[in-house]
Amino acid sequence: MLKFTEEHEWLKIEGGVATVGITVHAAEQLGDLVFVELPEVGATFEKGGDAATVESVKAASDVYCPLDGEIVEVNEAITADPSLVNSDPQGAGWFFKLKLANPADADSLLDEAAYKELVG
Amino acid sequence: MDGSSELKKTPLHALNISLGARMVPFAGYEMPVQYAAGVMKEHLHTRASAGLFDVSHMGQVTVRARSGDNADAARALETLVPVDVLGLGEGRQRYALFTNDAGGILDDLMIANRGDHFYVVVNAACKEADFAHMQAKIGDTCELTLHDDRALIALQGPHAEAVLAELWADVSSMRFMDVRACDLHDADCIVSRSGYTGEDGFEISIPASLAEAVCRRLLDHPDVLPIGLGARDSLRLEAGLCLYGNDIDTTTTPVEAGLEWAIQKVRRTGGARPGGFPGAAVILDQLENGASRRRVGLKAEGRAPVRGGAVLATDAEDVVGTVTSGGFGPNADGPVAMGYVTKSAIAPGTQLYAGVRGKFLPITVAAMPFVKNTFKR
Repeated sequence: MLKFTEEHEWLKIEGGVATVGITVHAAEQLGDLVFVELPEVGATFEKGGDAATVESVKAASDVYCPLDGEIVEVNEAITADPSLVNSDPQGAGWFFKLKLANPADADSLLDEAAYKELVG
Repeated sequence: MDGSSELKKTPLHALNISLGARMVPFAGYEMPVQYAAGVMKEHLHTRASAGLFDVSHMGQVTVRARSGDNADAARALETLVPVDVLGLGEGRQRYALFTNDAGGILDDLMIANRGDHFYVVVNAACKEADFAHMQAKIGDTCELTLHDDRALIALQGPHAEAVLAELWADVSSMRFMDVRACDLHDADCIVSRSGYTGEDGFEISIPASLAEAVCRRLLDHPDVLPIGLGARDSLRLEAGLCLYGNDIDTTTTPVEAGLEWAIQKVRRTGGARPGGFPGAAVILDQLENGASRRRVGLKAEGRAPVRGGAVLATDAEDVVGTVTSGGFGPNADGPVAMGYVTKSAIAPGTQLYAGVRGKFLPITVAAMPFVKNTFKR
């Protein structure tokens, strides 16, 4: 199941675990990333919490946790090479895997059609 | 807040849009922050080849002595800046600072001697205030004109000379900080060999109606890419150059800012024309005795950029300063910053810590520029 947030994140949800990243639109808007800071595995976040930080040449931006949950895996490849987020934001440039506290909450997120409408 | 309807447009606005610029509000103008290539590629391209910048938002002012004697205009300007204007030769340009009575900096600017007048370029955000300041202080002796009828572009990078030489062969005879009038593509232009990137290059003032044609000619060259304000900022940061409003303002003096080199001997104590500019007592005293703090370069050890506003502390957690500009330096290949630190912490190599998102990251006082400048002296 592929879901989106209004904060330009995508979630690929399988068996109660969401792989989370930023959308193509977000990656384009941010520009070339030079630094990514990921959360610790085992950290828990509420929806909207600051889970990660990305920095372009120009500015820092927060990546929010899209739903309540616990971080079970992070993508160290993007801290080693932040440009992966720009080149493949919805694939190899994923950020973290989140074990959802309440998998049913995902129903409240946007589907792909609704997200596409949001970004025009 | 959508203020876009009130934003001014430069004479190159349509060209910027056609080049795929992402436009943002800056100093009351709608300006290109980046083009299709993006900030990183634009930055690297400028240092490797040649970049073209629209800086038409900056203020271009001519200062003409009412007496007809250009030395009177020089003397008038010397009452506003701690700089040797009288000794500035015809066809030469010099960096200067408008100071206030407390020794703070109202703006930084370039002053060029054009023979029968002076030509001054000031920051966009300050231009109205600068013009009013000049009008009030030297308007009785000088005729001042703010040239909104002219565009200003910068062509910067190691290939800039070769690119400009295709339009004007004489460019090769210019040295760093020379200023000449020339005819580019049938436009009456003023060219200076200067810039804001640390690279060799040129700043070119062009009549507004002809600016797009000149730019298109330059952009036709395969070595030239249009460069936005995003890369302009990272380029000047790597070059150790101040951004007015961030690194210098009315609360910083030229000495605190490490800009003593802009104050020639003749304007200092013991010189032929000491003082006579706003804040002279403070600035001359600091030149003799030093200031309590100073602007320094900073290199962070990790990969995380340290940005303006970050607090600087010692390992004993004493706060010793603040970062004023910082970001990622594409050619430095890491985070670079500048900021003000107390006198005890200004030595290159001093280990400090910068507060970033609740953590203190190691950062070292470092010499600037962070990249070697390539000016043609």
